[in-house]
This record gives sequence, C-alpha cells and structure tokens, in this order.
Amino acid sequence: MRTVDTKEIADKIYEMALKAGVTLTPSCLAALKDAESKESCAAAKFALGTLLENAALSQRENLPVCQDTGMAVVMLDIGQEVCLTGELLEVAVNDAVRRAYKDGYFRKSICDPITRENTGDNTPAAIHTHICAGDSISITYLPKGFGSENMSAMYMLKPAQGTEGIIDAIVSTVKKAGSRPCPPVYVGVGIGGSFDTCAYLAKKALTRDIGTHSDRADIADIERKALERINALDIGCQGFHGKTTALGVSCEWAYTHIAGLPVAVNIQCHCIRCQKATI
Amino acid sequence: MDKKTVSELKAGDSVLISGEILTARDCAHKRLTDMIKKGEKLPFDLKDAIIYYAGPCPAKPGMASGSCGPTTSSRMDVYAPVLLDLGLGGMIGKGEMSDEVRAAIVRNNAVYFAAIGGAGATYGKSIIKSELVAFPELLSEAVRRLTVTDFPCVVAYDCHGGSIY
Repeated sequence: MRTVDTKEIADKIYEMALKAGVTLTPSCLAALKDAESKESCAAAKFALGTLLENAALSQRENLPVCQDTGMAVVMLDIGQEVCLTGELLEVAVNDAVRRAYKDGYFRKSICDPITRENTGDNTPAAIHTHICAGDSISITYLPKGFGSENMSAMYMLKPAQGTEGIIDAIVSTVKKAGSRPCPPVYVGVGIGGSFDTCAYLAKKALTRDIGTHSDRADIADIERKALERINALDIGCQGFHGKTTALGVSCEWAYTHIAGLPVAVNIQCHCIRCQKATI
Repeated sequence: MDKKTVSELKAGDSVLISGEILTARDCAHKRLTDMIKKGEKLPFDLKDAIIYYAGPCPAKPGMASGSCGPTTSSRMDVYAPVLLDLGLGGMIGKGEMSDEVRAAIVRNNAVYFAAIGGAGATYGKSIIKSELVAFPELLSEAVRRLTVTDFPCVVAYDCHGGSIY
C-alpha cells in the first residue's frame, strides 16, 4: 500500500492547470501547422496563420491562448493500492483549480445553471475518478471551452443503423455546428456503454493525441471515414471554407445493451490544452 | 462606424479595426434588452456603436486587458435585431448568426465582423485601454469600453446581404 497526500495531487493539478491555459498540445500545434500549409482558401489560411502566431505569443508571454480558459475537467485514474490521506480529494482538486485560475489570470467561467450567478473562482471542476490496478495515480487535465461543448450531441441509435449510422451521426453533428464551435475541431466520440458512460467516453476520446487511432481496426476505420467526410464539408477554419474542418476524430468504445447503440459526439475547438501526469 | 464606411465593406474583406468597441455577451444582453422593455436608459449610447461579443480574462499587471477573443455570436441571435433596430452600428463575434440578424443588418445598414476565435492572446494585446461601463457584478461578462488598435477581423455579413459563410 502506498500513501499519497491529496495535497500532492492538488499541487500537480495546479501546475498542470497553469501550463494548460497557455499551451496547446504538441499534436494540436502540429495539426494546425499541417492544415495551414495545405490550405488554399485565403481567408482560412489567414485564420490558421493567426492561430499559430497566437499560440506562439501566448507561450512567449505566458498569456492564455484563448480567453475561454474553460471548465476544468479532471480525470483521475487511481491505483487500487494507493491510500489517499489529507484533505478530501474533491476539496483538494477544487482548491488547485481555484488557485491556478487566480494566479494564471484565467477567466472564471463557472456559474449556477439557473440563476447564472458566477461562482467567481472557476470551481467546481468536473472530476472523474476511476479505480485501476497498481499504486500510481494518472492525472488528465483538460480545460474545456464551451463554444465547442455547446455543439456536442448525444444519439441513441438503433442497432440496425450500425457503422454507417455512427459515421452519419458524427458528420451531421459537425455539419450542424458549422462555423460556431471554432473549427477546425477535434471530434471525440463515445460508442456504446450506457447514456452516461457514452458521454464520458466521448470526453475521454478528446484526451487522446491527434493522429492516434483506436487499436481496434473497425473503430479506427470509423475514425478515418468520418474525418474524410467532415473535411469534405467545406466549413473550414472559422467557417471561412477550406480543406480542414476537423483536425481529427477519436473514438472510444464500451460494451452496450442488445437493444441500443449510444453515440456521443463531443466537440473540441482547435485550442486543445490537455495535460497529463502520473504521480 | 459611419454609414459610408459600412456601405463600402464587402463580406470576405480583411480589416484592422482601431477605436472604441463595447463588450457584451449573454448576461449583459439579457440585462440590456430587459432595460429596453422597461423603457429605461441604457448605460451607453447604442447609436453607431460596435458591440464585441467577448468576455476577457483578467488583465495581468501592466496590461490593459487579458486575453480577449470572440465568443460564439449565435447565442446573441435573439438580442441582436432589437439592438440593431435601435441604432447599433454592428457587432464583432465568431460564427454564423440567424437569418433574422442578417435581415436586421441589411435593414439598418450595419455590419457583422468575424474575429478569429481562439486567438485570445492576440486580441488581448491589441487592446490599449479597457474601461468598465456597466454591470460589474457580471465579472468577465460586464460591459467594457475597449480601445483597440489594429484588431484583425474579416467582414462576415455586409449591409448588402453578403456573407462569408
């Protein structure tokens, strides 16, 4: 049994959150550079170039890449052989988020859904804990902007709709979103599970590096076919038309019920700020 | 923005905006339109003003503003025609807006500019002054008067009915 104080987890999350606000992932930057070099539509090329300059500026001057510094999504895979001590985990995580958003000069965007009153410190975070084997803790931190989150969708397909139905659901979600979610987008897809786990899988899919594929050949095929159809939509960067509407499609799956085929499509804008660490 | 300049703009044109613009997003628009319904005086003059759909990050010491890119404009679809009909000169945001908004833009000889969503640091740096105008309790959603210089945008909807989308 290994003992870990939740303060150690919180300090790591604080560090990750501060870095995430000002840093695009290497795979996101590479995909944006690739899109810019291939783009022939002038307005889209200008927009992609502006985004690359913006990413460099935020790194250089430690400024938030985007003013929507997001809702803090924290995924914790906690080894079964770890014994947590100290402050309650949820309290420690929220404390880390609170400190990072204050010290990083990040925008506080979390509010009551009915009164719309802002909590003022960007908490609470969306925390997902999962118990796994071993004695380590894997932390995935994703600040999630809501321009793209708003364009996400959940479908309860019929089993008869199969693979084609899944691809249609992914493509139509991106088409319907159009210029609104800050394309080029990254599309996270959950396939199977129950209503709740399916949505979680879609979010988890967004934490994968762009360009990686499912290790299941049939699902990797869905990722490739969906991306090809999305990039034929001619929405392009910022909706200014062009070749790149999505930087990637990433699918995660789980076993489901004989009666159903849940598909969740979680849209992420081009500002991918995921950080990962292990304690 | 004077109407002559507006009439010369065509969808797809790249422009650099310098001067004063006002930030307002969801909550501020609800407050403003509620005030209009009640016949109250608005906290700023709408006439020929430009509203920027944005909520900035807090400014770091020594800076006028934190990162401040555009938010999704379509959430303001329900409010924009009301403000345009009362004299608003135009808006800056990102993404398509409704047909009702496009019609109100044409009807009022107004304009809608698309800023580059996600380029928050770049836009924050082009703000040289930020002044609180109304609703400070809304924090980042408060109305602020920004003085900007060389603020890069693309004309999304022009006053002749043209669209970049």
